[in-house]
Amino acid sequence: MTKYITVIGLEVHAELKTKTKAFCSCSTEFGSTPNTHVCPVCLGMPGALPVLNKQVVDFAIKAGLALNCDIQKFNKFDRKNYFYPDLSKNYQISQFDKPICLGGHIDIVVDGEHKRIGVTRIHMEEDAGKLNHSGATISTSDSSAVDYNRAGVPLIEIVSEPDMRSAAEARAYMENLKAILEYTDVCDCKMQEGSLRCDANISIMPEGAKEFGTRAEIKNLNSFRALERAINYEVERQKEILEDGGHVVQETRTWDEGNGVTLSMRSKEEAHDYRYFPEPDLVPVQLDDAWIERIRATMPELPAQRQARLMAEHGLPEYDASQIVSTKAMAEYFDEAVKTAKDSKAVANWLLGDVSAYMNNEGITISEFKVAPAHLAELVNLIKDGVLSSKLAKKVFAEMIKNDEAPKALVKKLGLEQVSDEGAILKLVEETLAENPQSVADYKAGKDKAIGFLVGQIMKKSRGKANPGMVTKMLKEKMS
Amino acid sequence: MKVSAEDVKHIAQLSRLTVPASEMEVFTEQFNQILNYADILEKIDTTGIEPTPYVLPVSNVLREDVVKEGVSHEEALKNAPAVHNDGFKVPRVID
Amino acid sequence: MELYKLTAHELHDKLVNKEVSSVELTNALYERIDAVEDQVNAYVTLDKENALAQAAKVDAKIAAGEAIAPLAGVPGAIKDNICTKGLLTTCSSKMLSNVVPIYDAHVIKNLRADETVFLGKTNMDEFAMGSTTETSFYGPTHNPWNLERVPGGSSGGSAAAIAAGEAIWTLGSDTGGSIRQPASFNGCVGIKPTYGRVSRYGCVAFASSLDQIGPITRDVTDAAIVLNTICGKDEMDSTSLDVEVPDFTKALRSDVKGLRIGLPKEYFGEGIDPEVKAEIAKAVKKYEELGAEIVEVSLPHTEYAVITYYIIAPAEASANLARYDGVRYGYRNMNAASAPEMTTMSRTEGFGLEVRRRIMLGTYVLSSGYYDAYYNKAMQVRTLIRRDFEAAFEKCDVLLTPTSPVPAYKIDGKMDPLTIYMLDVTTIPVNMAGLPGISIPCGFAKDGMPIGMQLIGKVLDEETILRAAYTFEQATEYHKVFAPLGGKQ
Repeated sequence: MTKYITVIGLEVHAELKTKTKAFCSCSTEFGSTPNTHVCPVCLGMPGALPVLNKQVVDFAIKAGLALNCDIQKFNKFDRKNYFYPDLSKNYQISQFDKPICLGGHIDIVVDGEHKRIGVTRIHMEEDAGKLNHSGATISTSDSSAVDYNRAGVPLIEIVSEPDMRSAAEARAYMENLKAILEYTDVCDCKMQEGSLRCDANISIMPEGAKEFGTRAEIKNLNSFRALERAINYEVERQKEILEDGGHVVQETRTWDEGNGVTLSMRSKEEAHDYRYFPEPDLVPVQLDDAWIERIRATMPELPAQRQARLMAEHGLPEYDASQIVSTKAMAEYFDEAVKTAKDSKAVANWLLGDVSAYMNNEGITISEFKVAPAHLAELVNLIKDGVLSSKLAKKVFAEMIKNDEAPKALVKKLGLEQVSDEGAILKLVEETLAENPQSVADYKAGKDKAIGFLVGQIMKKSRGKANPGMVTKMLKEKMS
Repeated sequence: MKVSAEDVKHIAQLSRLTVPASEMEVFTEQFNQILNYADILEKIDTTGIEPTPYVLPVSNVLREDVVKEGVSHEEALKNAPAVHNDGFKVPRVID
Repeated sequence: MELYKLTAHELHDKLVNKEVSSVELTNALYERIDAVEDQVNAYVTLDKENALAQAAKVDAKIAAGEAIAPLAGVPGAIKDNICTKGLLTTCSSKMLSNVVPIYDAHVIKNLRADETVFLGKTNMDEFAMGSTTETSFYGPTHNPWNLERVPGGSSGGSAAAIAAGEAIWTLGSDTGGSIRQPASFNGCVGIKPTYGRVSRYGCVAFASSLDQIGPITRDVTDAAIVLNTICGKDEMDSTSLDVEVPDFTKALRSDVKGLRIGLPKEYFGEGIDPEVKAEIAKAVKKYEELGAEIVEVSLPHTEYAVITYYIIAPAEASANLARYDGVRYGYRNMNAASAPEMTTMSRTEGFGLEVRRRIMLGTYVLSSGYYDAYYNKAMQVRTLIRRDFEAAFEKCDVLLTPTSPVPAYKIDGKMDPLTIYMLDVTTIPVNMAGLPGISIPCGFAKDGMPIGMQLIGKVLDEETILRAAYTFEQATEYHKVFAPLGGKQ
């Protein structure tokens, strides 16, 4: 069996968080009645002309700086010509040969291995409208209704080098890219809403081959999970073709989430000849150092820097820190919580443990998580101060997530204060030792595990409130 | 002949047009006439000459990111040949 | 003298002096239109009710003693490729025959602010593609000087309306000569301003880097007045220049002493009709008598201008006209089973032959494999053409040429496209270089057809060509000769 190497490149479209569209002053607001945020320009009416939104340029520069690109000072726009009902002019204003950014990178970590994925280019362009199909899918619809609210919304297209070699690497790249774009606040990165879209170019080649194989482009990947699954499926599909002695066709395919397969999108597709030529209705954009520096000055702490800071300031391990910074909201939550928490590692553990488990279960994000950072910090502090045992803390947590009651108050209300009074514990210890002579004998005979049973008995008696550390210590003292 | 009738058909397809069979011969002939005439451009040496995509020596015409009212929903659909669910209705999008 | 024979500036005085009312004037124009429109076919749409309502408003203002702008209450017409909100704008095409714009072009906004009266929309070559107004979906316009002749194009309707007295002033558009050539064929004045002087917002695009809107009027003064209103930076057009607009009427003085007038030798060669040459020669002599200095110059790349234009303009047009697909507005074939079929059928049925030809030519020169040889090459040659003018203007202040190699010819649709294209050789280079150009009447052929003279200025130097044009006009009587339409003068 031949061994194959997978080669993946990703093309990501990110909708920019501007108030108005790229070339007209219509609102970019999402989700309104169709055709209510439109004007002659984005409707492609006769005689209408585009005027570039300055914020689009600023955001594109910001994204480029965050992705370590070279910002290109001379920019021009081009027309990309093709016919489709959602394209109101039947050409898209894009950038062909003079894009705003070239040559960047994103660093990823997969299974502990560090790797640098190249970013080939970033360019500005406008989005198309939306087709609302009469049937379930585009192929089963007799008609469609076109909504141009989205037409003209500004996008940046980020093209990676074909540097990824596995679905895991592709996922890591997407996750990091999403985090970076979130941090710079140029895109709201809602993959399900379509403000961040990913197309994957996948090919395979036999190990040792000099040239890449023919690639297929997979569209309609609107989650990290879909990305991974689609890549894995596609790689297998291509392997099968090659093993059977066939050739992979260069084509566009769509990911069918329901059936877990990629499907060819074109039956008799002719290769697109986009007939790019310079957009005569727009003048070039000439950037200078001052402009770029102005944008650089607004750059927030990016995920990588934040991660390094968390590792340095709070002693978090690399993996944990990377998970905390993976979304801006999580990182901000952490930062807020550690303002008042006495143990930042514990905060991290709670976030990556119980909090994440809860969020996954409920299908919510940290922004929707009811517990205030200060309250999580309070919980951590109660444990650290010995007022609450870790075990009972989980009970308190279960209450907190209901309506964010302060843990201190909850502990009192539920009567869960840890008992650390020496006298009280001594009493329990003596009681238990008296009631369980066999265990005592076992322990003294060398069975260390017996102490666990005795601790358990005392925890039962105290309804979990006895300070387990103190209990163990005292038991040992008494039995020695 | 720079372009054949087949070529003309292909160009028409790219342009979302058809050339009626009755027009095809004359059309192809006239098309070739123009393209043949274009051969005179080969006489000019344009090495090192920058193309002129922009007539004006102007750059950086930008506008502020401020929402302005566009047209009303009714006006947007005013000239529409067919409307459905507030959208511009078109027949099946895929051939 | 009949009211429709007067100029805008004369009529402004009459209005202000209450010698005539705007309603009277507007009615007089519609009467004239009624009388001759059957023969001329200058108009696509008339808007009488609104025109009279607007006229009445101006009359009320005058009665109240308020000041009015020069064009207020003076009836004019607009070429049908300029968007007028609420009034059909067809580009003389079946494709837009039912389209009512939902917004005003920038120039229309400016004219409305000056309270002018719009009589209606004038006929043109379909989508401005042509030099004879024969490609119009609404039938050809006939030259008022000889109804069997073409009025020129693509702004044939506007120029014919002026010549026939069916409008006091008009707007046209010019991509390769479409204002200047019809003006010369109809014995009137037409200016294509410097590219970027006038906003293109609302001017249905043909070739974006070449189109400009401009006036076609009876005399130079009227043209300057219209220019004053329509010029200026527009935030809706990225290619509109942020430069001050002078009062162009201040340039109107009779003085060409020491003015260096360049005669580019390539515009006086074999292809120019001998009668045209003769009239131009007389004009040159006149300028000499008036004190101008005549200089011989050369624009060596002139012979490549036509083909360069017929590569660049169709290329841009192929993309500009892609939006006409039957989806959002315009003609739609309702029988198609799929959207691609609908688009193809709508475009094939909605566009005339010349439009289809140019779209396909444009698609071809941009297509993969041909871009470098055609489009890119043409753009390089365009640079050379611009440099030709820059060099020539080091030796002179304005250039003088025939506007067209020939006077107006017969309407018979028999000429093959390439031959017609070649006749644009004298006007095209001006658009390629983005320079201002004006055509004024300078004589007649033996059969009575008007002959026009073109003056080309430096970038943003409309004032010098206006001055030179005005001087010639005031020293001659050509602008006072009326087309013999309808018999008696």
